[in-house]
Amino acid sequence: MDFLTLIQLLDSTVRLATPLLLACLAGLFSERAGIFDIGLEGKMLAAAFFSAAIAALTGSVWIGLLAGITASMLFSLLHGLASITFRGNQLISGVAINFLAAGLTVLIAQDWFSQGGRTPSLMGGARFEPITLPFAEAFGSVPFIGPIYQELISGHSILVYLAFAMVPLTWWILFRTRFGLRLRAVGENPAAVDTAGVSVVGLRYAAVMICGVLCGIAGAYLSTALQAGFVKDMSAGRGFIALAALIFAKWRPWYALYATLLFGLFGALETRPDVIEALFGIKVQGALLGALPYVMTVIILAGFVGKAIPPRAGGEPYVKER
Amino acid sequence: MSGSDTSGRQETAAPAIELQGISKAFGPVQANKDISIRVMPGTIHGIIGENGAGKSTLMSILYGFYKADKGEIFIAGKKTDIPDSQAAIAAGIGMVFQHFKLVENFTVLENIILGAEDGGLLTPSLAKARKTLLELEHEYGLNVDPDAVIEELGVGMQQRVEILKALYRQADILILDEPTGVLTPAEADQLFRILDRLREEGKTIILITHKLREIMEATDTVSVMRRGEMTATVKTKDTSPAELAELMVGRKVLLRVDKKPAVPGDVVLDIKDLHVVDDKGVERLKGIDLQVRAGEIVGIAGVAGNGQSELLEVLGGYADATGEIRVNGQPLDLSGKHSDGRSRRARGIAHVPEDRQREGLIMDFSAWENTAFGYHRDQDYQSGVLLNNAAIRADTEAKMERFDVRPPNPGLAAKNFSGGNQQKIVLAREIERNPDLLLVGQPTRGVDIGAIEFIHQQIVALRDKGKAVLLVSVELEEILALADRVAVMFDGHIMGERMSAETDEKELGLLMAGVGN
Repeated sequence: MDFLTLIQLLDSTVRLATPLLLACLAGLFSERAGIFDIGLEGKMLAAAFFSAAIAALTGSVWIGLLAGITASMLFSLLHGLASITFRGNQLISGVAINFLAAGLTVLIAQDWFSQGGRTPSLMGGARFEPITLPFAEAFGSVPFIGPIYQELISGHSILVYLAFAMVPLTWWILFRTRFGLRLRAVGENPAAVDTAGVSVVGLRYAAVMICGVLCGIAGAYLSTALQAGFVKDMSAGRGFIALAALIFAKWRPWYALYATLLFGLFGALETRPDVIEALFGIKVQGALLGALPYVMTVIILAGFVGKAIPPRAGGEPYVKER
Repeated sequence: MSGSDTSGRQETAAPAIELQGISKAFGPVQANKDISIRVMPGTIHGIIGENGAGKSTLMSILYGFYKADKGEIFIAGKKTDIPDSQAAIAAGIGMVFQHFKLVENFTVLENIILGAEDGGLLTPSLAKARKTLLELEHEYGLNVDPDAVIEELGVGMQQRVEILKALYRQADILILDEPTGVLTPAEADQLFRILDRLREEGKTIILITHKLREIMEATDTVSVMRRGEMTATVKTKDTSPAELAELMVGRKVLLRVDKKPAVPGDVVLDIKDLHVVDDKGVERLKGIDLQVRAGEIVGIAGVAGNGQSELLEVLGGYADATGEIRVNGQPLDLSGKHSDGRSRRARGIAHVPEDRQREGLIMDFSAWENTAFGYHRDQDYQSGVLLNNAAIRADTEAKMERFDVRPPNPGLAAKNFSGGNQQKIVLAREIERNPDLLLVGQPTRGVDIGAIEFIHQQIVALRDKGKAVLLVSVELEEILALADRVAVMFDGHIMGERMSAETDEKELGLLMAGVGN
């Protein structure tokens, strides 16, 4: 494998890791606050559709992004109502959101655009275009570092940079701010937060809404940056892989970056079977690589590679006792 | 108005807390009925009552968890509304709950500032809290490492963190709900020294408990609650445990266990050189030798965590061990692979586990389902390939009747019974099988005084039928009252054995602390 192939592979890894990373961080906020969210997939899908649809209708990708985030947040609100206010089962609520999003997006797409459940292809300002970082051209000829800068670091859409910037930001919010302390506390022992005079409900809603925003960006990225338009079921299990990455990352922001990059790499390799063949001399089925994130998560969950301890109050509605 | 014996001198200062006519109902259940109480500043005021008497409800009202249906609260003479915990904290009330409200994987410092941070950023808050905390620790003699993670601290230390949490929020009034329920005797003594110190510094302390001894030792005044009503408030020095017990229960209570001397027979349980290594590789039992004979109760005393739980687990059949255990002369299989509760029951061993809510019952299941557990293969409970639910229910109803479980409703979920009645359900299940050997762990933990009496009587009755009983309890009083012979465990060893008639708390306390003969 030559250097350029490697750069291409890593470039593709970054692109594929971005939606995973955003969704993973979305899940991280929610689950750290004690609300399990299996509906990341559905929220991404809904956001993907509404971003593409509104971008197609208005011609502005930014309005599209806003629409996607709004859609995702509405689903978050639904999840919040079910699991925080009405203390329902968080898994069931999440599954319901996934089904709802899968059906609703296609239905509305067909009604609006009559293109078999797709949106029209997005062009120009209706899409996030790659950004060329300063001096990318000039540096390009410098050996080694040049291609890394030009091909790998430069030339992504703004959402990719945003996603990567979210990692240190999430870490800082969680571990360096009052909000983060309370958020982590409410996922571990909501009674401690409650008796300290802080609203458990308020914190959990805040977390769930942040989750909605990030899922919205992840969905918008799918349909307006990675692809040019919405197609049926385009989230393609990424929400679940993000959940797997979250477990793999043990609910930590930096580990989430590493986990999603790793899973992104699997995704990139899936599209380049020739690379694997060149490296290992064997043919590997693409589907096998696609399954790898799940296999690895099971291994993690089985406790082979250190223990992944979820937030202790996760999945449990908080009922004030005596 | 409920009776008040605080005659004579009326203190001049305004009461730190005054409740007037507090009432609270949950549906048809009147949890608090017209409660009035005055607590003077700089005193320790005890509130005693059985489980379900309404003590916790009253304190929850004071801490803003519930809103009273009727009545008024005065703090330092000023009428105060307490709609939520925040208002309670603002009014200078701090609460130390029975089950600590700490975030286990946070540090002490993080737990202390949670909800009382100084600003949006943590670093300056933590720095300030560290300084204040060290001052508080110094002032009240409460030493805790600010950077220790809660789950690595013992319960006594965790409780200190709770107290410090309240003090950090500048609480003048400290409410402690059953604070010694989880503490060892030594830790409880330490706690009472801390409370004394707090009182000297002018804090007002409300101590909720159902243990008479603590009331007598620690408090200045005591209020008694029964069935939602405040039945009396008296000066502690003017009352006696017997009087308080009677006020609590509403009838005369036997504080001592009435039992005849034991007539030990053949050896039922014979333990030789028993070793247990836990899953972290730590040796928890380091060569135990112990015998229990038919017709005697052997009590295992010791500070929690010195191997008593492991001993019960091995005997109960759910932990691995090396060494030898014989029951009625026949060896027990000590590998966890082959043994379980079922194989132990087949050998005539019944087990009332230490933690009834985790190991003794399934809290969401009904009383009759819980009664069938472990004995569900019993012929009487079968009807072809199905369980004979009607038979189990009938059997449960009879058992509930004999063990005075209230309410006697087999269909009620275990979680809806009080602690004492839950324990009676477990005891009925195990004792009524007429085992040769009964293992009992912490039989009266969190159980009210009326039920304690009954539970003790049942255990003694089994002994009098010529059965062997192995009792593990961290309550020295209970061990001394119930056991015929006492073995003290320390650090995985038996430090010594005494006949309970020939020893006292002081001698056992020394053995418990690892001070040898």
